[in-house]
Amino acid sequence: MSRFWPLVIFAALVAFLYVGLHRDPHEVPSPLIGKPAPAFALTRLDDPSKTITRDQLLGRVYMLNVWASWCVSCRDEHPILVEYVRRNPVEIYGLDYKDTRPEALAWLDQLGNPYKAALFDSDGRVGIDYGVYGVPETFIIDKKGVVRFKQTGPINPEILNNTLAPMIQNLQKES
Amino acid sequence: MIPEFGNFALMLCLLLACMQVVIPIAGAQTGKLSWMHIARPTARVQFALILFAFGCLIYAFLTNDFSVRYVAMTSSRLLPIQYKVAAVWGGHEGSILLWLLMLTFWMTAVSIFSKHLPEATLARILGVMGFISLGFLLFILLTSNPFDRLIPAADDGQDLNPLLQDPGMVFHPPMLYMGYVGFSVAFAFAIAALLGGDLDAAWARWSRPWTTIAWVFLTVGICLGSAWAYYTLGWGGWWFWDPVENASFMPWLMGTALMHSLAVTEKRGGFKFWTVLLAIFAFSLSLLGTFLVRSGVLTSVHAFASDPKRGVFILMFLVVVIGGSLALFAWRAPKVGLGGRFSMISRESMLLSNNVLFAAAAGSVLLGTLYPLFLDSLGLGKISVGPPYFDTVFVPVMAPALFLMGIGPLARWKEASLPELAIRLRWAAAVSVVTALVLTLLTEHFSLVVAFGLLLAVWIIVTAGLNLWSRIRPLPDSPLHPVQRLRGLPSSYMGMLVAHIGVAVFIIGITMVKGYEVEKDVQMDFGDSVEIGPYAFKLKGVSAGNGPNYQFQRGDVDVMRKGEFIRNMAPEKRVYLVQRNPMTNAAIDTGLLRDLYVSLGEQVGDKTWTVRVYYKPFVDWIWGGCLMMAFGGMLALADKRYRISKRNDRSLPQAEELA
Amino acid sequence: MHLMKNVLLHHLKSFILGSLMVLVVSLPVAFAQEALPVGDEPMVQARMMRLATVLRCLVCQNQTIADSHADLAADLRRQIIELIHQGKTDDEIMDYMTARYGDFVLYRPPIKTSTLLLWFGPLLLVAMGGLTLYRSTQNRQREGADIAALTPEQKSLADQLLNRKSSKL
Repeated sequence: MSRFWPLVIFAALVAFLYVGLHRDPHEVPSPLIGKPAPAFALTRLDDPSKTITRDQLLGRVYMLNVWASWCVSCRDEHPILVEYVRRNPVEIYGLDYKDTRPEALAWLDQLGNPYKAALFDSDGRVGIDYGVYGVPETFIIDKKGVVRFKQTGPINPEILNNTLAPMIQNLQKES
Repeated sequence: MIPEFGNFALMLCLLLACMQVVIPIAGAQTGKLSWMHIARPTARVQFALILFAFGCLIYAFLTNDFSVRYVAMTSSRLLPIQYKVAAVWGGHEGSILLWLLMLTFWMTAVSIFSKHLPEATLARILGVMGFISLGFLLFILLTSNPFDRLIPAADDGQDLNPLLQDPGMVFHPPMLYMGYVGFSVAFAFAIAALLGGDLDAAWARWSRPWTTIAWVFLTVGICLGSAWAYYTLGWGGWWFWDPVENASFMPWLMGTALMHSLAVTEKRGGFKFWTVLLAIFAFSLSLLGTFLVRSGVLTSVHAFASDPKRGVFILMFLVVVIGGSLALFAWRAPKVGLGGRFSMISRESMLLSNNVLFAAAAGSVLLGTLYPLFLDSLGLGKISVGPPYFDTVFVPVMAPALFLMGIGPLARWKEASLPELAIRLRWAAAVSVVTALVLTLLTEHFSLVVAFGLLLAVWIIVTAGLNLWSRIRPLPDSPLHPVQRLRGLPSSYMGMLVAHIGVAVFIIGITMVKGYEVEKDVQMDFGDSVEIGPYAFKLKGVSAGNGPNYQFQRGDVDVMRKGEFIRNMAPEKRVYLVQRNPMTNAAIDTGLLRDLYVSLGEQVGDKTWTVRVYYKPFVDWIWGGCLMMAFGGMLALADKRYRISKRNDRSLPQAEELA
Repeated sequence: MHLMKNVLLHHLKSFILGSLMVLVVSLPVAFAQEALPVGDEPMVQARMMRLATVLRCLVCQNQTIADSHADLAADLRRQIIELIHQGKTDDEIMDYMTARYGDFVLYRPPIKTSTLLLWFGPLLLVAMGGLTLYRSTQNRQREGADIAALTPEQKSLADQLLNRKSSKL
């Protein structure tokens, strides 16, 4: 019955192609999920004399939001973060990626500052450690310092309400 | 106004395509001659309409009509005129119109050169091709109309991608499309034969020239694309196993298998099952390639801007055409019949092995291209499959076929004697091994891979020579001189020899370049020199200037060989005024035995630049070999037997008299 | 006769298999380079480029980080050079990249359970094809009877037509 094989294989192929049409080949999943967040020691954006390390952030649930003043879609996402922090007991730390201090600070002045602290990653090395390949990206890290989620691309209200906020709430309940 | 005329022509064409599908095929099934006769005129009018539409689009480009959205996206005021024309097929919508142009051209060609075909068969063939044009017309009118207006009109266009502003863009896509759209003819012949139940040696004989000429165009098209990438991308690469490249290579592999399979079906009546399947596969891969390149499922530098809606449409079309043809095949396969018996060592078995290997190679390329998609759809993560995979996998699959290329033409049909073959070939084998070893030892350092590549190439050449000699050597009972015998050889045979030797030339090119190319990526101050072997490259300076629609920085490099000045080379970095992406234009010194390749990197200081310099031995043999293959195909087409039709017509009255 | 054919076939198969094995084994040997001394800038650069040609640029449309003009690609090239200066081996550098970006960044897909079909697929295809070949050469009902021996009348007719003296079988 070998005459049916080509048809069968073609049918399978079509099924995969159909599913593939609705996937984004550009989106790269993070291998860091479920692993400890990579260590870093970065100066604060607003105060170069103060350094923040990853270990200092253990024991709390937080979002690490990678942004830059030169990033266009960050502008769309930023007000959502500002609003979210205003209404919820959540900490967001900003990772200013390959930016300059004056421009970054001016940007935050203009658009609002949702960050508990903004960290300055001038050459992008910490970004590389976190597998950053575009801006904005956002990580959710739990109390044990394990990366639980990565959002590639800007956060919109839908993603925030349906995915990020519930996840953060659940993680905050963990010990 | 003109774009609207073009749009109207497309709609009219759609109507005609509907007629061309329904009426002739119904006529063929029911025997109504008048219905079948509609096929020829509708095909030709379709071509005329598409040609007209194409002309309208060219007109829009040449008159800078930026109220047409497609023109605004793909052209600009300062674009040189030849690229305005090439820009017509530079974007998705226009390239589909080009597809249609090629398809209707082939339809018309079939309608003209088909006097020897029975009416019913021709009706079915044109009906099938009409169905394909129907699909594409619907696609273009519903999702990808190049005549859509942009309101308000743009002041200037977004320009043609600078990478495409090159003579390569003028020739490569048309050649390529002539090729893989041309496989629709073999496909239509196969479907017509399945529908009519008359799959026989005559069918193979009719299909062969159409398949060969499509194959020739595809070979030239791929060759041009590769050569274009080589001189335009600035890093000397010429094949990347990119999904879009693979989309053109898979039909080529299947098409090669198909050509060889048709030869067997024509001469021996065998392989019908295989040949029909290969005809369906070859065109299916062309269609699949069209899908992959435009649907957004795969990432590629060459891909058109993607739109899932378009993807869904093409996918549905694929299901109907490919699924339908495979279903038809499965249904009719038992009636296809098997053909004569042949033994394990025979020309048939060698050609079948060739089919199997080429089909497996095409399958492997498909597997590698689609695998990331499979895994992603199943949620098993995202991987990349690139040159390291394809290089590793492709060579072992193809190598046996190349080895067989030497033996096949010498083997007898039906049953060949292995001992006899072994005797005839043993000194060819010995000569090949020795020559390959000697050649590799002559070079700077021995490499087993290079030796193996050269072995295959020399084997092919030596066995081809052996084959030729057996045909032209003086025989005891014949007074003919070898040269006389040579002239008497059919051009289809010469075509085979030339094409096979072209493959050997191609292999030599690849082997030598991969084995012995030298790259130096260095930082140079003005006045510095870098050396590769006997060659020295001195960067004298970099000057700036303006082209028609770009700004450039041009390096001034003197090339010396063993201290003597040979020539000056001028690599450029260009920034096109509209899109502002930097582009490198390498400077290449082409030679029979090597290329010298220089490209500018980045400016690091006031008088300091990074420069990449390459020495590429035998690299032009790669494209020379491809062109030889294409030439071999042309020779095969020139064979006298394809011109018999006139003689037959004249002999008909005689036959009638006898009857 | 058959025995000799089988023996020759066996030798032919061994030769082909042997050659292929030699080829497969020698491929990595042919393309590998010895560890290059650190601090020798052109060598470091060359090694970095070699690694960069098998790593994918994530922000580009299917380009290696060697060819890409993107910022990220430049950053990663710089990072590779640093890792080379730190004395890392090629494998360690690849692990560094996949730890951060996943398997997607490798143009040579790793051999895992999920990629077994990918890596062995071609072999499978050839094997299936070989099976097809084998089956099609077996004695099967073929259309048109095999031409059995000619009857004496047919034989003499054939001889007449061929204009030759009758020959003994």
